[in-house]
Amino acid sequence: MSELVPEPRPKPVVPMKPVSINSSLLGYIGIDTIIEQMRKKTMKTGFDFNIMVVGQSGLGKSTLVNTLFKSQVSRKASSWSREEKIPKTVEIKAIGHVIEEGGVKMKLTVIDTPGFGDQINNENCWEPIEKYINEQYEKFLKEEVNISRKKRIPDTRVHCCLYFISPTGHSLRPLDLEFMRHLSKVVNIIPVIAKADTMTLEEKAEFKQRVRKELEVNGIEFYPQKEFDEDLEDKTENDKIRQESMPFAVVGSDKEYQVNGKRVLGRKTPWGIIEVENLNHCEFALLRDFVIRTHLQDLKEVTHNIHYETYRAKRLNDNGGLPPVSVDTEESHDSNP
Amino acid sequence: MDKEYVGFAALPNQLHRKSVKKGFDFTLMVAGESGLGKSTLINSLFLTNLYEDRQVPDAGARTTQTLTIERRGVEIEEGGIKVKLTLVDTPGFGDSVDCSNCWLPVVRFIEEQFEQYLRDESGLNRKNIQDSRVHCCLYFISPFGRGLRPLDVAFLRAVHEKVNIIPVIGKADALMPRETQVLKQKIRDQLKEEEINIYQFPECDSDEDEEFKKQNEEMKGSIPFAVVGSCEVVRDGGTRPVRGRRYSWGTVEVENPHHCDFLNLRRMLVQTHLQDLKEVTHDLLYEGYRARCLQSLARPGARDRTSRSKLSRQSATEIPLPMLPLADTEKLIREKDEELRRMQEMLEKMQAQMQQSQAQSEQSDSL
Repeated sequence: MSELVPEPRPKPVVPMKPVSINSSLLGYIGIDTIIEQMRKKTMKTGFDFNIMVVGQSGLGKSTLVNTLFKSQVSRKASSWSREEKIPKTVEIKAIGHVIEEGGVKMKLTVIDTPGFGDQINNENCWEPIEKYINEQYEKFLKEEVNISRKKRIPDTRVHCCLYFISPTGHSLRPLDLEFMRHLSKVVNIIPVIAKADTMTLEEKAEFKQRVRKELEVNGIEFYPQKEFDEDLEDKTENDKIRQESMPFAVVGSDKEYQVNGKRVLGRKTPWGIIEVENLNHCEFALLRDFVIRTHLQDLKEVTHNIHYETYRAKRLNDNGGLPPVSVDTEESHDSNP
Repeated sequence: MDKEYVGFAALPNQLHRKSVKKGFDFTLMVAGESGLGKSTLINSLFLTNLYEDRQVPDAGARTTQTLTIERRGVEIEEGGIKVKLTLVDTPGFGDSVDCSNCWLPVVRFIEEQFEQYLRDESGLNRKNIQDSRVHCCLYFISPFGRGLRPLDVAFLRAVHEKVNIIPVIGKADALMPRETQVLKQKIRDQLKEEEINIYQFPECDSDEDEEFKKQNEEMKGSIPFAVVGSCEVVRDGGTRPVRGRRYSWGTVEVENPHHCDFLNLRRMLVQTHLQDLKEVTHDLLYEGYRARCLQSLARPGARDRTSRSKLSRQSATEIPLPMLPLADTEKLIREKDEELRRMQEMLEKMQAQMQQSQAQSEQSDSL
């Protein structure tokens, strides 16, 4: 089984109807400590999180991931030497790091996709990405199907895909639509407007509105998807995010400057300093809170319960069943055309 | 002593007066991916609202759109000088998922203007040749990339021998000063590596003053120009109103040389090198096209297929004209016939007059 039992998110504690027996006589039972127990377990085992970044080169993907996790988890290709040219096809590069905070260990894997959208002809450049995502599902499926399974199946599935939109101020590009149309069915896509410091407040609002509308018109469901809202509380919270905040217009930086006596991450220009974590300047803090502080677990759950299950069901239906079960055989990959 | 004074020192003034009366034609092409601020920059440069009623298509529409060439004309007058500016726009460039060969319509367009000029120049009625050749192409490079993208290189390689290219980094307020320097250097290196010839500023004459020389050097050093455009005037209480973009963290001033190279571009394009751009187009690029075209027509083995049959009747000593479609040829022949007839009439009249005056003088002699 996976490292953390994918239970539905703990619902708010429902007050019990008063029982005839006055429970105060019996004293405090202590059921509510289950949350604490779960927390302790999580801290001990730690958890995996796999985030993929997709977008044309130069949109600040690596810088943003580094800013999100406050460490150099992504190698910036900002100083390409002459020998390092733009790759001719899309490459998939996964780099893992272990980050610790407050006693909790996170094994973070950042999956980069250099070469996406950079060629003259970008037809089907999303295919290597889709293939990679499906390969991770396949890996997990094989482990799950084994007779003697590992206690903690290593989870390499992509939990979240940040798609970087170029801040043209006009609308989405045909390539953006194509990518999101194909991939929103297999992975959680969070569209993000990159390098948003080129847009004024009005331009930002207009652009976001147009992007949202285009995504809707084209039937593209980004995370959090409407159909997976579990209850009213989720729905209202997510509706607000879907209809007002997303796509987040972000700015990333790994340089610090002094502003009003504080050291802040930002970008210094002759006309002012853009503070990455200042909500008046950009929505980086919203993205960070969304991905890490509030919806991290949900991202994993949706990946496991919905995307993975969809893949698994499809595999079960195709070829009349799952690959033959064995303890340690190398199955051939062309069982799935 | 006025003996030494012949008077042709006044020639520049005469030329100047003639040009002022005639006005200037200038054709400027803008190219680059959409969303790089091209239209805003043009409006800022020429203080016009050429793109006011523009409809920007969404991604769905752009999927099916092919590259089109659009022309917009505007007459600008300043200080008594009239400039008829034609803007050539290339909407759809770089938008599709597959942009292979999307630069071909642009190349074709530039060559068509050369073709037209060549025809007009070789024709008989050369008084009113319209010069629709593209004098300059502002190519916009994205500030978000890491230099020239494969598409940029492909486009520039296709047009660099046919038009004056001025590379420009659009939306330069996306960059911090250090990033701008790095990007500019990267682009310069790439241009050299790919052997792309951009427009070269002519060297200053040695008798220009120091100030001008310094300015010129500075301008040359800041290519590609990192520009920001804006048609909005920002009034920050207290300071004077400026054209700029207002952000929550400050205001970018378009005309502030510390903020971007807009002033340099404007000075270079409009104030100092407008005439040179036209001259280079005519003396270098057009002549190159003309030589290539005529060479390929003159050499028997290398004639291109379309003119092979039509040229078979021409003798080798004649300079072959580029062939026109039949209807136009008819019209031209008729026009030239008219002219010939008129010239003949005039000649006859002059002859008659001469004979009359001769006869008169003979009569007076004999008297």
